[in-house]
Amino acid sequence: MIQLTTEQVNEIAAHGERDYPHECCGLLLGSFSFGGIKTIARIYPISNAREEQAKRNRFLITPQELMKGEQYAVQNGMDVIGFYHSHPDHPAVPSGYDLEHAWPVYSYIVVAVGEGKAGDLRSWEMEPDRSKFTEEEICCNANC
Amino acid sequence: MSVTINIPTALRQFTGGNARVELEAATTGEALERLTSLHGELRRHLYDDKNALRSFVNVYVNDEDIRHQAGLATPLQESDTVMIVPSIAGGVTSEADVETALPSLSNEEISRYSRHLIMPEVGMHGQRKLKAASVLMIGTGGLGAPVGMYLAAAGVGRIGIVDFDVVEVSNLQRQIIHGTADLGRPKIESARDRLRDINPHIEIETHDTRLTSQNALALFANYDIVVDGTDNFPTRYLVNDACVLTGKPNVYGSIFRFEGQASVFWAKEGACYRCLYSEPPPPGLVPNCAEGGVLGVLPGIVGAIQATETIKLILGAEDTLVNRLLLFDAWQMKFREFKLRKDPNCPICGENATIKELIDYEEFCGLRAQPTEQPASLEEITATELRERLNRGQDFQIIDVREPFEYEIARIGGTKLIPLGEVVARMNEIDPARETVMHCKAGVRSAKAIAALKQAGFAGRLINLKGGITAWSDEVDPSVAKY
Repeated sequence: MIQLTTEQVNEIAAHGERDYPHECCGLLLGSFSFGGIKTIARIYPISNAREEQAKRNRFLITPQELMKGEQYAVQNGMDVIGFYHSHPDHPAVPSGYDLEHAWPVYSYIVVAVGEGKAGDLRSWEMEPDRSKFTEEEICCNANC
Repeated sequence: MSVTINIPTALRQFTGGNARVELEAATTGEALERLTSLHGELRRHLYDDKNALRSFVNVYVNDEDIRHQAGLATPLQESDTVMIVPSIAGGVTSEADVETALPSLSNEEISRYSRHLIMPEVGMHGQRKLKAASVLMIGTGGLGAPVGMYLAAAGVGRIGIVDFDVVEVSNLQRQIIHGTADLGRPKIESARDRLRDINPHIEIETHDTRLTSQNALALFANYDIVVDGTDNFPTRYLVNDACVLTGKPNVYGSIFRFEGQASVFWAKEGACYRCLYSEPPPPGLVPNCAEGGVLGVLPGIVGAIQATETIKLILGAEDTLVNRLLLFDAWQMKFREFKLRKDPNCPICGENATIKELIDYEEFCGLRAQPTEQPASLEEITATELRERLNRGQDFQIIDVREPFEYEIARIGGTKLIPLGEVVARMNEIDPARETVMHCKAGVRSAKAIAALKQAGFAGRLINLKGGITAWSDEVDPSVAKY
């Protein structure tokens, strides 16, 4: 289960709309707690490191950016707990490419952006055996 | 050496929650081997099936990427720090998605394509891409023959062929997809049989039709790539425009005598044929192969280049003939190359394109207007009628306007040879008091000769032999060779 506020959901959606038709991406900073619950404290947008022509279909966070994000997180008492990215004109379901490049434990939030409007937002976590993504429950504010 | 490995958050569950693991190793590779033998679960996240580090796993030794050092052989010093840092990637319409959608290969196909499969540029993935691909060939003549045969042999999964002609004996000097036993058969049938024999694992679709402005868009929409093997300007412009309008790459080739050209016209990526030649040459200026001849091997070379480019496009190769025009001269045995640029004012692929649909290409190339000018002033006679009139003892002088080498191949008895280029200068050799029949191979050049003579003020009666010496051979005297 992953907890985030409505404002954070809106922030991710707005980033996806802003970067449409390209993919947007960023880090989810927060904390892991008992029982596998992740709580997001801050959304950390990142520039898409892919070359211009690949941007529409791919995102990439370089190790340098991730190290910077991790440093920022640690300085502020947080951890990197996952990543978000948008799927322009595609559903909020991880692709084969996402799975191929995923890491365990992290949450992968995918927001579908159809014709420039953000729609579905779902969170996924990869199975430890790398076989597939399993959808993760999202809790917004007081609902959980 | 005793070194420390920093474990990223995501992987700590496999190291008992530890953020650091200390171990002994002399190189980075050895350190990672030790780490994954201590914590077996880590292995599948760091290494892929082929035992190579995953592309998104980055390893740093003291803040320095090992890719900029000696890779996994990077040596370690006492108390060095090794960091595993993920790069995070993802996205839609991925290679991985395409991968699962690609058709698989049977064991028989794997054996057949083994010389492809062992090259990393093709490999299983590339061979499956070839199987998933579809290519439409316009024409099964000199260029279409090697294109079709090599694409079929390479395992292109679906090949469409468009032609409306039948196999003639003069085709066999270069159109190696057809054989002597195919004479008189529709070319698409003969080509289909040959391709099936080369590779029974592929699909062949025959389109027994002339490519027209009415059918081109629907035909092209069904294929990934179009290969232009045509020999005339109207069809060449039609193929180009239909490719631009449907967004397909046009793998172009053309041949004449000893010279050939090849390019890939793909408006999405670069120049189209109209960026290179916005207008066709005036009709008659550039002779076709039937008039000018062609070395039989030449289309073999140019067609093989087209087949190569088609395969490279399917495989996703970078250095294709997009924005490059390749010129080949077989007589000098030289290749030359020109850079092409997309024309921003191109009428079909430019920013303010004026052509939004297919047009009448015969008219565009000035071929429609011609017949309406001539019949009024051009008197014609058929071969049969000429024979009959000669038999009745009527007097004609017959002027052959072909070239001397053609005259050597075949001639009609009792004629005088004055090649088209000399006919006006040698006008005084033609007696205006007698009726004159002019002939060439098929009737086009002799009509031009008549027009030129009339314009030059020749006063006598000039009659064109319809269908030229070819018709004479067909209708009157089969002992006269056709060429």
